[in-house]
Amino acid sequence: MNTLIGGISTLSLARWQFGITTVFHFLFVPLTIGLGLLVAILQTAFYKTKDPAYDRMTKFFGKLFLVNFAIGVVTGIVQEFQFGMDWSRYSTFVGNIFGAPLAIEGLLAFFMESTFLGIWIFGRGRVSERVHLTSIWLVSLGTILSAAFIVAANSWMQHPVGYSIDPVTHQAVMTNFWSVVTNSTFLLAYGHVLFSAFLTGAVFMLAISAWHLRKGHDFAGFGKAAKIAVVATLITAVGTMFLGDSQAKQMEQQQPMKMAAAEALYNSTNGASFSLLTIGDLSGNPVFQVRVPHILSVLATNTWNGKVDGIHQLQKEATAKYGAGSYVPVIWVLYWTFRIMVGLGILLFVLGAAGLWLMKRRRLEQSKRFLRFASWMVVAPFLANSVGWIFTEIGRQPWVVYGLLKTSRAVTLIAPGYVATSLIGFTAVYTLLAVVEIGLMIRLAKVPTPVLSESDDQAVPELIY
Amino acid sequence: MLGLLSTSPSGLEQLWFALITVLWLGYFFLEGFDFGVGVLMPFVSKDDIDRRVTINTIGPVWDGNEVWLITAGGATFAAFPLWYATVFSGFYLALFLLLAALIFRGMAFEMRHRGDAKWAAWWDRAIFWGSALPALLWGVAFADFVHGVPLGANATWTGTFFDLVKPYALVGGLSTLSLFTLHGATYLGLKAEGDVRERAQKIATRLAPVSFIIVFAFLGWTYLTAHVRHEVGLVPPLLPIVGVAVLAAVGWLVRERLEGWAFIGTGVVIVAFFTTLMFNLYPNVLVSSISPSDSLTIVGTASHPYTLEVMSWVALIFTPLVLAYQSWTYWIFKKRVSRPGTAAEPAPTNV
Ligand code: HDD
Ligand code: HEM
Ligand code: HEM
Repeated sequence: MNTLIGGISTLSLARWQFGITTVFHFLFVPLTIGLGLLVAILQTAFYKTKDPAYDRMTKFFGKLFLVNFAIGVVTGIVQEFQFGMDWSRYSTFVGNIFGAPLAIEGLLAFFMESTFLGIWIFGRGRVSERVHLTSIWLVSLGTILSAAFIVAANSWMQHPVGYSIDPVTHQAVMTNFWSVVTNSTFLLAYGHVLFSAFLTGAVFMLAISAWHLRKGHDFAGFGKAAKIAVVATLITAVGTMFLGDSQAKQMEQQQPMKMAAAEALYNSTNGASFSLLTIGDLSGNPVFQVRVPHILSVLATNTWNGKVDGIHQLQKEATAKYGAGSYVPVIWVLYWTFRIMVGLGILLFVLGAAGLWLMKRRRLEQSKRFLRFASWMVVAPFLANSVGWIFTEIGRQPWVVYGLLKTSRAVTLIAPGYVATSLIGFTAVYTLLAVVEIGLMIRLAKVPTPVLSESDDQAVPELIY
Repeated sequence: MLGLLSTSPSGLEQLWFALITVLWLGYFFLEGFDFGVGVLMPFVSKDDIDRRVTINTIGPVWDGNEVWLITAGGATFAAFPLWYATVFSGFYLALFLLLAALIFRGMAFEMRHRGDAKWAAWWDRAIFWGSALPALLWGVAFADFVHGVPLGANATWTGTFFDLVKPYALVGGLSTLSLFTLHGATYLGLKAEGDVRERAQKIATRLAPVSFIIVFAFLGWTYLTAHVRHEVGLVPPLLPIVGVAVLAAVGWLVRERLEGWAFIGTGVVIVAFFTTLMFNLYPNVLVSSISPSDSLTIVGTASHPYTLEVMSWVALIFTPLVLAYQSWTYWIFKKRVSRPGTAAEPAPTNV
């Protein structure tokens, strides 16, 4: 009952389904969070200066924001319900704790986002300019709050705190709500996720503005947008890197196996070197490797000769503590996702720094090389976000709740045929959505602003949808 | 095992059963009419502009309405984890269909006006089916909660998808489909102007008696079977009677063109309908059709008091705020939506 032809299990299907739907949701979510704030900033600039260039930019990026928001909403509903569908034993185990932030997210954040977005879209000309501006700020605040609760829930799974295990039902029971929402893992992860979301928005705005500047469209508008975006890129790239670095140190304390696997470090080492890249396999006998001495120790422990635990030692400790089994996640996934994320972070920092340098020389709008580079960088934050989550989640395996519940015991006891059906179904639906969504975004992003404001609603200007 | 624990819920547990009921009522009252509007869209419009008028009546509010579902789901997860886990994994394929429908429908509102006529036609289908299917499935699901699903010991499912679509449940589904559609028609009567309003009025006149027959049959069936199971004490006959009586009155209100009252009427029917079902369910949350002792109960599925207490404080503080600003949006957009050129106030420009 638990395997399909070829031995495919409910567990592996459920994992694929969760991975695919979550990464998909998180392609659009950071852009919603980042662009929401930037649109609010653009609209505030217009409100303050009455410069029509800002108004054009608010409408231009506002339209992209809306199209993106829609797909974030519809894929989010799937997220909320698939815990119960595919991970019912998990849901029963953690509901006491995990459910609360999820419910609070709905009440505090989603109502705010959706209601004020309605006012923002339909209220132009019907509510005062002040109320209209306030509504976009409340939308932005809603997106920022929603990230808090879901990341708090996720962080609890990475590092459970404020709970006890009920001796009768064997469920995890919340004993201290305050500890759950001030979990050290949460505070850093929330900061990192928020900064990376703002970075995503900033790079997106910069890339599109750069494309239009290169084509010679609307210099006044896209020039202003590009400048705001450059500054935002630089600040948020630094913030993302700084918090990510703190997370790495905390990870060495809380989930040492994740760190060891990310470095493919088999044996505990003092003054460990950092491996930049590896050719050949990661089993400890690479064909070719570039290593930077002592840097891993510095990264993980803040000391030159600090001790970093190795996979072998950690596996032994884990079997002693939790019983037989493998406690080593898939090493190559962790090794490469971590390097891709960090590499892209550095690249985006360079993008922001180069932009600022050009801005100071008043050459930002003219530098074709920079503008082309900036347009291409649009894919970087999306890739970094995806590999970031893949790293975090795969690195936690075999646990779904670290140290408490293994993924294999979290999955619903259901025939694999059901999960296969929904996996195929969701993948098909999401592929279709991706094609439609990305096609539409590219089309809208390429329309020059002066034409845009009338383009798609000429026939019926009073009707918005 | 779970059903055998003490059977009378504590005050806190009763409170959360009531709050979750309220969240579902809010959801069905609000999203009920925007499902109805989606179902009616092809029938009340002759051209694209009519269709846009129809959609714009729910434009600013549909997403906020859907959040009632998300909050109901989250609250169930937090307050009754085993209920959430059992229902969502047991109704697997039905839930998948529902989610797919909601996905296409939600995308359609933002998408349909951003392309040519053929593109719009595809999204129109998504709006129709994406509204009709959930309107049907919700009734099926709630009827199943009450009349039971094949649930064995320790909340394990022993049946298949087809155990969920028995005659009683299907009549339940048709009840919600017809009720939501009628609710959508009275909403359009209140919010649209011109031809769309007239056509919605005509449809409401014809739909009201049909809906009356289906809902009467369903609530009658519910009452009689509950009676046989000696659960009458928990089914105050008053509620279903109010529901059916108001539904009869709606037929008259629509014909008299008392549009505001007709809309309130369909809303009251929806509230009475689901309250009847939830009362009937109490103190269970999911009935087992195999053996009553395997039914999931409030007590057997509830979270610990500490979680419920924390959540109660959050709900107490934030629910009034949410209700205030949601009502405020309805106030802002209280004007009827009409075809361009007939509007009384200056046209807002698109964002
Ligand atoms: C860091 C941010 C973040 C993360 C990790 C997630 N989400 Fe999300 N989610 C958002 C940030 C967000 C958002 C920015 O708030 C969205 C995107 C577009 C929107 O409307 O809200 C959203 C939408 C959204 C919605 C629809 C809300 C509506 O109708 O307005 C639901 C139900 C969820 N999400 C649920 C989840 C669940 C259960 C997740 C865990 C697996 C999850 N999200 C991961
Ligand atoms: C906060 C939001 C979350 C995000 C963005 C996220 C992201 C991810 C990602 C990227 C993966 C890897 C996909 C793969 O290749 O398999 C994954 C896997 C997984 N996640 Fe999460 N996750 C989140 C929350 C959760 C939650 C709440 C659960 C609770 C059940 C969970 C359980 C899992 C499981 C069971 C897997 C499969 C493990 C695997 O495939 O190796 N995650 N998640
Ligand atoms: C030098 C740069 C960076 C460093 C050192 C870094 C570090 C980290 C670490 C250590 C984690 C894992 C946390 C855990 O598993 O507990 C993580 C996760 C993550 N990273 Fe980064 N990161 C960097 C850049 C970026 C960039 C540029 C982005 C996106 C634009 C990004 C997005 C993410 C996301 C979405 C996660 C998953 C959520 C989380 O656990 O916080 N990171 N990062």
